[in-house]
Amino acid sequence: MSQHPPISQAPRPLSPNIQHYRPQLTSVLSILHRLTGVLLAAAAIGLVLGLWAVASGPSGYTIARAACTSPPGLALLAIATWAFFMHLCGGIRHLLWDAGRGFELAAIYQGGWTIVGASVLLSALLWLAAWRLVP
Amino acid sequence: MSGPSAPRPIDRTDTLGSAHTGVHDWWAERLSAMALAPLSLWFLAGIALHARSDYEAWLAWLREPLSAVLMMLLLISLFRHLELGLRVVIEDYMHSAAKVTALIAMRLFCFALAVAGLAATLRILLGH
Repeated sequence: MSQHPPISQAPRPLSPNIQHYRPQLTSVLSILHRLTGVLLAAAAIGLVLGLWAVASGPSGYTIARAACTSPPGLALLAIATWAFFMHLCGGIRHLLWDAGRGFELAAIYQGGWTIVGASVLLSALLWLAAWRLVP
Repeated sequence: MSGPSAPRPIDRTDTLGSAHTGVHDWWAERLSAMALAPLSLWFLAGIALHARSDYEAWLAWLREPLSAVLMMLLLISLFRHLELGLRVVIEDYMHSAAKVTALIAMRLFCFALAVAGLAATLRILLGH
């Protein structure tokens, strides 16, 4: 079938061989942007389930509320909140890069640490607002 | 190899330049992201405001016409963005037949979830 000469079928290492690299802010945030995106896919399924629960009447709402306020439910919501703000802040950073801004090394690190701090701060603010601790 | 070579496929396209459709998905991912930023913040603010609300208050919020419109826009841009993002992840980490199967399943799943979310939003809006 193939017109190429036979080549070794031995498994070959695939780039980028991530285990050989020292973790850096740049690479860690790049991976986190994908990881949080995948986590938010699960949150999106949760959103549709929640909408169906409210649409199905008071009993559905009660079940959804019990699930969300249970300890595992609260933990998942907390993770989803942080994943959301991390992906949002990282996404805004990507849009700025797309516009050709912020490519200097100093700006890369400054922006990187900014979104790490902002994602934690915004997550905390949202939960404090939900608990009526901040207006 | 010797003698004049037959025309290669690339010879037909060599000077034609870009087909101009290659950036469509790239743009769609950014456009859906720009829509999602305000829409998702609206939704999270609503969740935070209604965290302690009862069923009637949730229903009243989601039945406001503006809420229904924003929720539908959120669902459309969310699942469009999700489809484009997960597609890149699958294309990068899966190979051969598994990749094709995963891509088909993921894209159908995203579309189905979007329709399910829109149906639930309409059901809340119109009552049942």
